[in-house]
Amino acid sequence: MDIKDIIKPENLVYQKSDVQIDTIMHYCPGCTHGVVHKILSELIDEMGIQENTVGVAPVGCAVFAYNYIDVDWQEAAHGRAPAVATGIVRTNPDKFVFTYQGDGDLASIGAAEILHACNRGENMLVVFINNGIYGMTGGQMAPTTIDGMVTSTTPGGRDIALNGYPMKITELIAQLPGTSYVTRQSAQNAGAVRKCKRSLKKGIQNVLDKKGTSFIEVVSTCSSGWKMTPVAANRWMEENMFPFYPLGDLKDGSKEPNLSKN
Amino acid sequence: MAKVRGAVVVDKEGCKGCGICVDVCPHDVLDLNLEVNSRGYHYSYMKNPEACIGCSNCGVVCPDTCLTIYRVRV
Amino acid sequence: MGELRLMKGNEVLAEAAIRCGCDGYFGYPITPQSEIMETLMVRQPWDETGMVVLQAESEIASINMVYGAAATGKKVMTSSSSPGISLMAEGISYIAGAELPCLFVNVVRGGPGLGTIQPSQADYFQSVKGGGHGDYKCIVLAPASVQEMNDFVGLGFELAFKYLNPALILTDGAIGQMMEKVELADYKPRWTKEEIQKYSGKWATTGKPNSRKQNVVTSLEMDSDKMEANNRRFQEKYKKMEEEEVRFETIMCDDAEYIMVAFGTSARICQKSVEIAREQGIKVGLLRPITLFPFPKKEIAKLTCHVKGFLSVEMSAGQMVEDIKLAVHESGCNVRVEHFGRMGGIIPSPNEVVDALKEKFL
Repeated sequence: MDIKDIIKPENLVYQKSDVQIDTIMHYCPGCTHGVVHKILSELIDEMGIQENTVGVAPVGCAVFAYNYIDVDWQEAAHGRAPAVATGIVRTNPDKFVFTYQGDGDLASIGAAEILHACNRGENMLVVFINNGIYGMTGGQMAPTTIDGMVTSTTPGGRDIALNGYPMKITELIAQLPGTSYVTRQSAQNAGAVRKCKRSLKKGIQNVLDKKGTSFIEVVSTCSSGWKMTPVAANRWMEENMFPFYPLGDLKDGSKEPNLSKN
Repeated sequence: MAKVRGAVVVDKEGCKGCGICVDVCPHDVLDLNLEVNSRGYHYSYMKNPEACIGCSNCGVVCPDTCLTIYRVRV
Repeated sequence: MGELRLMKGNEVLAEAAIRCGCDGYFGYPITPQSEIMETLMVRQPWDETGMVVLQAESEIASINMVYGAAATGKKVMTSSSSPGISLMAEGISYIAGAELPCLFVNVVRGGPGLGTIQPSQADYFQSVKGGGHGDYKCIVLAPASVQEMNDFVGLGFELAFKYLNPALILTDGAIGQMMEKVELADYKPRWTKEEIQKYSGKWATTGKPNSRKQNVVTSLEMDSDKMEANNRRFQEKYKKMEEEEVRFETIMCDDAEYIMVAFGTSARICQKSVEIAREQGIKVGLLRPITLFPFPKKEIAKLTCHVKGFLSVEMSAGQMVEDIKLAVHESGCNVRVEHFGRMGGIIPSPNEVVDALKEKFL
């Protein structure tokens, strides 16, 4: 059978979603952002919510997320995306609002905003990309940098005595009664991507069903910041990140009752 | 038993040659080209097209969404 | 005639927000302005008009909530006092850079640092020169009475939407805490979805239908040529404000030999000082800037060639005095410009101001 006989519209099984803007992303080769952007675009398309969606972009590598996913976007100040999203969703409760944040944005400078937004149970989806490093500014230590990990500000590896412990902020978030669904996923192979997409879908559905905050961490790579090839970065993540940041659901239930009303 | 054939169409200019598709392909279909595209990347190509089953794993993991997959029963 | 009430300045801000069709208030407690959010929480406008009121975890969060809601075309506001406004400076810069309309209120207390909770006007520079990073300006309204606290909420929103720019009500603990008779505005309904589309549909992030391109609200532009073009557009806007939006009041300036320039609480003191000085045979007038940006430069320049001097009366070490000097400089005539001020939360007495005028000019 000739290849030309296979490449026919009726045989098409996988292509770029219409919600993903047809342009080359600025991300480095192999960057997890691209994969997560893609599956978010696919879900917004498949779930028919493009017209109802407002995204909030962070400061970090994903600052230009609005160039890639064809929905209305707001670009927030560093770490403030959950507050910005709160403003949107409180005054527009019928909208599907999501934030897209990295680990420096969410777990360091924006720690207060994310904790309080999740604690209030703001009806929104949080997509949290954790690659243990500040990618955009050149690979500095993040709050999530694991023990011994080399970054440009921990050239000898993260030293707990000097830099403190890596922060498992998703575990903190899972304690908050405002969150309905908290999970940790990855996107390094096809199985992981498909699972991550199912989690994102559940998170989006929870928001559409007004169940409070859904929080999805994606343990990710930064091959440039880690100074590895993309394939080696995936292996390194599996061997070093996953033991510290184990994958799976941390919480999956409907929103717990607000204690103040009891 | 019906045999399945697949094909991967690579958007040559969109590919950044990260090699993740090559890594995840279960049938060793893909490889990075010795040639580079206009941006200097060794783009992905079907080295072994007969082996492709159109499983879409490469497409699913591609961070740059530059792979389109076709699949047919023969 | 609207409804007459005896109310505190801070309470009036809350009442006026509800009545002018405000969609949301996001705030964080700080003295001396906490009555604004307290009044709103007691009034529960979400039941009455649908207005949202939320106590945020910080001023940083409040202003960013305002950013998010404003970027969907909603009429939203926040309020704080000096240290809180400093925390908001980043967010206000982003709002100005993204060209969003919003209203914020600074009920000023003495600084620097934690300072005092007593009234002050020492945030003048921060208010009229931008306050955060980058070249931007806020429209600054300075009420001198509880009535103006009411009036400037509606006016602030009107100007904010006209120019797609943050508007600031710059007041202080004295006016915020004082009770006066006020004629409240009539209720205006909140904008409907259709009205929001009509007024702000071009830029607001209300969800992207197939019929239009995505709306992106951002202050980011990596192309320097485009960023400079953005800056030029902002500057044009500020120039237009200077041409069209200057508001001020003059009292007994026609035959005046000396002009006191004062805003807000200081202007109320100076009104009495003018009376006292006139009784003593000194021909004094008062110019009260109502908009601090745009500043009434032209009016000051016009008066310059007819008077012997200006006295800037401020509850600060002397900030507005610099703008008066610039205005005088631009007039081509040369008269003395002096400053008298008290700091640290002290309001000068009318006699103190008259004495200062005599000491500096006579």
